[in-house]
Amino acid sequence: MSANTMHNAKQGEELTFYMREEHHPEQSTMIGFWIYLMSDCLIFAILFATYAVLGHSYAGGPGPKELFDLKLVAINTAMLLFSSITYGFAMLEMEKGNKGLMISWMMVTFFFGACFLGIELYEFHHLIEEGADPGRSAFLSSFFTLVGTHGLHVTCGLIWMAVLMVQMNKYGINAANKRRMTTLSMFWHFLDVIWIGVFSFVYLMGVL
Amino acid sequence: MTADSTSLLFGKLTLEAIPYHEPILVVTFIAVALGGLAVLGALTYFRLWGYLWKEWFTSIDHKKIGIMYIIFAIVMLLRGFADALMMRFQQAIAFNGNEGYFPPHHYDQIFTAHGVIMIFFVAMPFVTGLMNFVVPLQIGARDVSFPFLNNFSFWMTVAGGIIVMISLFVGEFAKTGWLAYPPLSDIAYSPDVGVDYYIWGLQIAGIGTLLSGVNLIATILKMRAPGMSMMKMPVFTWTAFCTNILIVAAFPVLTAVLAMLTLDRYVGTHFFTNTDGGSAMLYVNLIWIWGHPEVYILVLPVFGIFSEIVSTFSAKRLFGYTSMVYATCVITILSYIVWLHHFFTMGSGASVNSFFGITTMIISIPTGAKMFNWLFTMYHGRIKYEVPMLWTIGFMVTFVIGGMTGVLLAVPPADFVLHNSLFLIAHFHNVIIGGVVFGVFAGINFWFPKAFGFKLNAFWGKMSFWFWLIGFYFAFMPLYVLGLMGVTRRMSQFDDPSLQIWFIIAAFGAFLILLGIGSFIIQIAYSIWKREELRDETGDPWNGRTLEWSTSSPPPAYNFAFTPVVHEIDQWWFMKNNGYRRPLSGFIPIHMPKNTGTGVIIGALSVVFGFAMVWHIWWMAIASFVAIAVVTIRHTFNYNRDFYIPAEEVAAVEARRTQMLPAE
Repeated sequence: MSANTMHNAKQGEELTFYMREEHHPEQSTMIGFWIYLMSDCLIFAILFATYAVLGHSYAGGPGPKELFDLKLVAINTAMLLFSSITYGFAMLEMEKGNKGLMISWMMVTFFFGACFLGIELYEFHHLIEEGADPGRSAFLSSFFTLVGTHGLHVTCGLIWMAVLMVQMNKYGINAANKRRMTTLSMFWHFLDVIWIGVFSFVYLMGVL
Repeated sequence: MTADSTSLLFGKLTLEAIPYHEPILVVTFIAVALGGLAVLGALTYFRLWGYLWKEWFTSIDHKKIGIMYIIFAIVMLLRGFADALMMRFQQAIAFNGNEGYFPPHHYDQIFTAHGVIMIFFVAMPFVTGLMNFVVPLQIGARDVSFPFLNNFSFWMTVAGGIIVMISLFVGEFAKTGWLAYPPLSDIAYSPDVGVDYYIWGLQIAGIGTLLSGVNLIATILKMRAPGMSMMKMPVFTWTAFCTNILIVAAFPVLTAVLAMLTLDRYVGTHFFTNTDGGSAMLYVNLIWIWGHPEVYILVLPVFGIFSEIVSTFSAKRLFGYTSMVYATCVITILSYIVWLHHFFTMGSGASVNSFFGITTMIISIPTGAKMFNWLFTMYHGRIKYEVPMLWTIGFMVTFVIGGMTGVLLAVPPADFVLHNSLFLIAHFHNVIIGGVVFGVFAGINFWFPKAFGFKLNAFWGKMSFWFWLIGFYFAFMPLYVLGLMGVTRRMSQFDDPSLQIWFIIAAFGAFLILLGIGSFIIQIAYSIWKREELRDETGDPWNGRTLEWSTSSPPPAYNFAFTPVVHEIDQWWFMKNNGYRRPLSGFIPIHMPKNTGTGVIIGALSVVFGFAMVWHIWWMAIASFVAIAVVTIRHTFNYNRDFYIPAEEVAAVEARRTQMLPAE
């Protein structure tokens, strides 16, 4: 009998106390990133809750009906949704191992993301010009913070995407880059989901 | 230089910010500076910098990071306790027109700093450190899921602590109490930098806490040794699991609410202001949605520590393992639906208050179940009164008292009378000292031999225990009495001379606790000095039950030469009783992560960033932020992050251990 096993007389089976070969625990990155995303989701939950509480405190200032331009926001929403689809195409190309096409789709995604951000900045600029700045009322404070936090996330996503394009180009589709691509995909779609919440809860319900 | 260019360069920072006109601070600064110089000098003289950098600061070994967390917590404990001692003596003498040595504006900073430091930079790093050290060993893993993230989390925690400490000598700290309620913490009523130090210190440390929570959850879910199903995890791992879920589900709330307070202070938004639609009570609600889970974040792992200790020193398996696990999970969930009991006086009405009062009282049921489980574990056990067990019994008695005063406070009408009184102060110190602090000391005494290969001296351990225990009762029982008489918290002076005797008794208690902390320091120093006599070569000094005791003390970098296969909850006990023999040959190369300095560098840059934000030094804030981004991105270009420990090296390490062990 080898040293690492012994005979259990009662059950008549062999007991092993340790593995002779290398143990490979499952990859933790995906679950870890999921958990992180859920914590990020909570930040948005708090900002949504704050908007729900303060969203009608206009302090004599303008309200959503006067401020929001639904057409502009609809275009903006389309930009972000398109970027999610194109990111999906990039993922498909990655699975096929087409580095060039994958990076092209990432560029398209980047472009849509940048458009989204540009339109959002234009909207913010416009609001502030009209005197509807974050310091005007609690409603505007919570509006700018909720939407701005989403925009900040998109900015981080874009920086991440740019870095990843460079890394993909330089090192190819290796295991580490695949993992990064998948986590960025989760992040990017997560921002979409949040935006759908922002669009319906803040803009649609504010105007309708 | 013109005023404009000065403020461009230094923001709000001027020479006036250095408190050279406050004798207490000047003396403290001189003492800290001399002490710091002595330490730095010694490190340089003994040429330890390279060793510290290579073996500790840049280490991604969960054991070393755990030890560093605990050392950090001990250092911060000295600061937090110095504040406590000064407050107790101030209150003991500030009667009959005597204003004591603290003017109110200074006293307010002291009680704020005391609370912030004790919770965020003492209790949190203590429990995080213990979880970091113990959990991977208990589940038979080589390290945590994300070793670099672990190192990074540690340094972010330290960076937050450093920012809070800088406030002692440059500028001032918040005068708002440890949760910085607005409108007092708004720019209108706290125009100086105190609250900013508070915000940036906590935000930066909070990043570390959150990421370490993510890391440990992933570790527990994915890195367990084969055969260890969830219901075979050691109880400490279970409580660590629930605690980290609480961290991930609570700290983002703190991040968000502090960010909103920051915006109110920096860009003039109106979340919590009195004007333009802001709501201060929104802040109070949100911060307690984080704050109440936070107390369970601290106490749950400690329940796990006591569970391990009770069964080890009673030489019995833990009574009611399953009920212990369920009790832990129930507490985890309930801790989310009790937050409003911190402000029954808000005026939300009888039905809301009743709901939160009842949920609060319900928490005592799973906690009571735990208490009975520990008692039944001891029942008919062969109890050994070693130091960890003493702390455990001290905890059981003390915590029950604190729990009962908690249930009392959970009754809304009673709370209306006792709200903001010293009764509340006595209650939460009763559960935090009697629970968390006692548990941490029990854990340190219990796992110290695992970490360093020698036991802690028992005599000084017992001195420390008895001084702490008796000191606690002297310090806080008088506060219950005073609270029932209606004395409110956070007062720097008193009018009614009949109260003074109680404060003197409390100050005497604080003095006894000082002796307790002193004994603890002596215990460590003396044990290091006498380490050869206290040496434990078996790796299993207490006749332990779980996997961490199956490896050597201190464990090798790779923890286990072969990954264990688990059959039982008390796996090591099972192995010892079923003819386990240490493998002596057939070693294989072990895959391990490489050290990296990125965590230290980002931590240091974060201190610069936080300091710049506090003082509105915008150029420095932008520069350090860009630097953080660059360092982070650069780190992602490093794909070469792991290496193999060759089989020969593993064989050599294991052979050394074979020589130490008695022949079988």
